[in-house]
Amino acid sequence: MIFVEDKNLVVPGDVLADDEYHTGRGTFREGNKICSSLVGLVAVRDKKISVIPLQSKYIPKRGDVVIGEITDIRFSMWNLDINSPYSGILPASDVFGKEKRELNKAFDIGDVLFLRVVDIDEVKKVKLGLKGRGLGKFRGGILIYITPTKVPRLIGKKGSMINMIKDETKCDIIVGQNGVVWVKGEPEMERVAEKVINMIEDQAHTSGLTDRVRNMLYELLGKEIEEEKEDVDEEVPEPDIEE
Amino acid sequence: MAVIRCRYNMAPFSVGDRKRPGPDRRSVEISKITADALKPAVFLEKFPRSTIDVFIEILEAEGGTRCAGITAASVALADAGIPMRDLVVSCAAGKADGNVVLDLSEDEDKEGEADLPVAIMPRTGEITLLQMDGHLTSEEFDKALDLAVEGCKKINEIQKEAIKNRYGEENG
Amino acid sequence: MVNIVPEITRKSITELIKKGERADSRSPDEYRDVELEVGVIEKAEGSARVKIGNTQIMIGIKPQIGEPFADTPNVGVLMTNSELLPMASPTFEPGPPDERSVELSRVTDRCLREGQVIDLEKLCIIEDEKVWMIFLDLHVLDYDGNLMDAAVLGSVAALLNTKIPAARIENDKLVIDEENSIDLPIKEKPLMCTFAKIGGELVVDPSLEEENIMDSRISIGMREDGSICAMQKGGEMPFTKEEIRKAVNITSQKTKELREHLK
Repeated sequence: MIFVEDKNLVVPGDVLADDEYHTGRGTFREGNKICSSLVGLVAVRDKKISVIPLQSKYIPKRGDVVIGEITDIRFSMWNLDINSPYSGILPASDVFGKEKRELNKAFDIGDVLFLRVVDIDEVKKVKLGLKGRGLGKFRGGILIYITPTKVPRLIGKKGSMINMIKDETKCDIIVGQNGVVWVKGEPEMERVAEKVINMIEDQAHTSGLTDRVRNMLYELLGKEIEEEKEDVDEEVPEPDIEE
Repeated sequence: MAVIRCRYNMAPFSVGDRKRPGPDRRSVEISKITADALKPAVFLEKFPRSTIDVFIEILEAEGGTRCAGITAASVALADAGIPMRDLVVSCAAGKADGNVVLDLSEDEDKEGEADLPVAIMPRTGEITLLQMDGHLTSEEFDKALDLAVEGCKKINEIQKEAIKNRYGEENG
Repeated sequence: MVNIVPEITRKSITELIKKGERADSRSPDEYRDVELEVGVIEKAEGSARVKIGNTQIMIGIKPQIGEPFADTPNVGVLMTNSELLPMASPTFEPGPPDERSVELSRVTDRCLREGQVIDLEKLCIIEDEKVWMIFLDLHVLDYDGNLMDAAVLGSVAALLNTKIPAARIENDKLVIDEENSIDLPIKEKPLMCTFAKIGGELVVDPSLEEENIMDSRISIGMREDGSICAMQKGGEMPFTKEEIRKAVNITSQKTKELREHLK
């Protein structure tokens, strides 16, 4: 038995289904019932029921790429704010190898970096790394903060949403899984991208978003809105349902 | 495990005679029992080594501020995306003029014979806050408790509505 | 909690301001949206809720009868107090007022007092013995920059909205007539205008983002006739004389615009 429909808005404590279903993200089992633990939208895939949250804090996961800001320099590591209840550390050895060098010569407080989450221990100490393509320090550009759960929506199916914004604004855009977005281009275009990204965050839970984003982009850029819609691809991208 | 810290604070202009700013014994106690009322509902284990701060500001007081504070705080926790077993909802019953009544107003509380604030998790009906001040027979207590729980259930509907209204009608 | 602004954010805001633009598309001398509501707290004798952008302050007025200060035996008392609520910003901590809170209440107090909002002599009931003490409490609900202008605007609105009981002497006894309340004796409507200096330029009504990176700040209180009643310079860097003069000029225009909200 299921008591809700796909995409219903639910709140913590709402009973979603009985035990013929499996618990996905944002749900928990209590006796023979499956309940929501979050404010979010129901997602039913086969017999698995999940709740996609509308608001969340970023909880680091190994392998995620995130945007972090250096908040402190210690003897052999940097401390970073990764827009999460948990701060991250970047060991000096990750940058210098075995060489001994002054840390602030490489990265100073206030620098913004694109990093990978390398490891998390039981008490959520987050170890970050810079090994990988495109990782490193940002120069120039602006930062935009969104709710981490809305990251898949901003990226869109196979990157459709973010690529549209990149193409129209001619900006470089990097989205951290922690909800921090870096945008660099012409200053006016950075502001256009910022407005559009904020709109996506506000309306991530609604349908018809791709068209509205396109229209908003055209309006802000002073372009004619094309009458015929090229694609009616308007599915909410599959969120990664993990526990 | 995450730690929940609460601060219940009254604005100086929230009451008849100006209240001096800063904590007093009453607000410290209410802060503690508010944290205790919310804790059972939150999946604290999801956020090890972290603190969840709950700040409750009473802008105007006319009886029942601790219940209003708990009710609003649980909605705010849900709104922040913190995983919970259920919302927590609170309401008081009491005795005034010899009658068992729901949600005492300021004057009824002052003149009344008893005040019984209760908080529950509505799905299971489990009680997460219970205080009593005054004098009730055990029959009156039973009646008052039932009344308070009924009141909580009504307010729970308003909590859900408030959360849903934030995201518009289309997904209601 | 220390607030560290990302270097690239500092740079992008500064670059924009140097070009005469701002991150939220305002012009250098443009305020954010101002909202003002009065009479919002029934329990308070006067109240206002003010919003400038997302900065939000609740102001409540409570009158009490007390003794006058010895050096001003025939003058009522205005006491301004502020609380930076921890919910308003991650940088606000619970506990006794910190220096930012004390500065906010003192600057607001100065602007109201020297701007002569209230005719305090009319608040004397019995010389040397009984005067009205007007407690003005600023409850900062949300902090998104420029608390001072919001505090002064909201305070003036709340004082304009205040009714106190009529007090008189009958047979040598003080009678408080709660039934017949009277308006506070308002004299002037001073307002305050704050500037941030960023990248060598002045911008009015700084947002939190701008305050976090500003070199310095100047707040100017002005009466309706354009006379200056309070000033406060903040921040680590200096101003030139010309910059201050420019700020005073813009203040006379901006306080005029803000005063429209009091009508």
